[in-house]
Amino acid sequence: MTRKRRRLAILLLCGLGLGSATALTLAAFRDNLVFFLSPSDLAAKPPPADRAFRLGGLVEAGSVERATGADGRPTARFRVTDGAHAISVVYAGILPDLFREGQGVVTLGRLGPDGVFHASEVLARHDETYMPPEVADALKRAGHWDPSQGAAPPAGGWNTLSPRPGG
Amino acid sequence: MDATPPITAAAAPPAPRSLHRFANPGRFLRASGRVLPWLSAAAAGVLAAGVAWALAFSPPDWQQGETVRIMYVHVPMAWLAMGGYLALALASAAALVWRHPLADLLARELSPVGAVVTALCLATGSLWGRPMWGTWWVWDARLTSVLVLFFLWLGHAALVRAFDEPERGARAGAILALIGVVNLPIVKFSVDWWNTLHQPASVTRLGAPAMHVEMLYPLLVCALGFALAFAALVLARTRAAVMERRIRALELARARREERGMAA
Repeated sequence: MTRKRRRLAILLLCGLGLGSATALTLAAFRDNLVFFLSPSDLAAKPPPADRAFRLGGLVEAGSVERATGADGRPTARFRVTDGAHAISVVYAGILPDLFREGQGVVTLGRLGPDGVFHASEVLARHDETYMPPEVADALKRAGHWDPSQGAAPPAGGWNTLSPRPGG
Repeated sequence: MDATPPITAAAAPPAPRSLHRFANPGRFLRASGRVLPWLSAAAAGVLAAGVAWALAFSPPDWQQGETVRIMYVHVPMAWLAMGGYLALALASAAALVWRHPLADLLARELSPVGAVVTALCLATGSLWGRPMWGTWWVWDARLTSVLVLFFLWLGHAALVRAFDEPERGARAGAILALIGVVNLPIVKFSVDWWNTLHQPASVTRLGAPAMHVEMLYPLLVCALGFALAFAALVLARTRAAVMERRIRALELARARREERGMAA
């Protein structure tokens, strides 16, 4: 019977060791595990010039200009913001369906000497909110939410709202 | 935990009160044979109701449109991939520490189902990411850690079958499964610890779910249905494995008898 206890103790000890080793490793690699940098990260510690990296944040309200480039490809200029800082981005290509003002985006590219980020890829970043169109319309009508300004209000205020008008 | 069963005057050995009672294969087969039809029927019923609700009667998302319905498969598969792995780890611990004979079989039969569920989670996520994010795949912390989880499932399924002696395979697999447990909190909290393309959890224990109830309820019904189906599948596989082991033992005994008969 003590052998079971001993096996359990060995197992727990190994688990403790493995867990702390993993935690220390992850803590050490924390800075290398970021998928994208925010505009504030860039302002605090700009990456070396000519190095490709990912820039993430929200598309600033009123900043999107769409045009057609000389080669017929659509181009877009917009600003990516995290509230504190904003960076101008230019991108030639097709934007994902979810791209809009106020939406989270992750762009891959290089920062030019003029401070403009030249993106070769733009991905839309969905947030964790899911709501029927009628509920989103009701929130917008009531002035509780402007999607171009950023995230939806706290979920407790809308997640049981009836999607039927007058309901 | 180590209490010895009370000695009674009955002819049959008394059933231990702990899970060790199911170490007796006959008792396990009888009990699971009674449970399995009900479990399968419940899975079919709940799944039919959940899928109909999710695909036909729940509203679309205000910006994702009808594409959001991928969620009703993707999220239950992700939950099952992680919950199933937790079950694998518990079974492995029970096998290593208490030497429960059923735990080895359960772990062995769990991993192929877990691998399929994780593959479905990755595949539906990829199909969802292409129209919404604009990419099939990115190497962010969430997606990469789930891919590691998939390899752990596959590795376990392969490792326990790689030895001539099933006991050695089970031992190696149990150790692998327990080492892989460190990946579970990484999968779960990757979206909070690091910035990822994958969004954070909508349904959390703390705070209101950031999902409208008309989408949340069908999601929970679908998740329950898939979980019941997962349990029924694993139970049926484990029953089959117990029966196979019995048949092998019987055949071995018969071969020995015949050998002895010939020698005589």
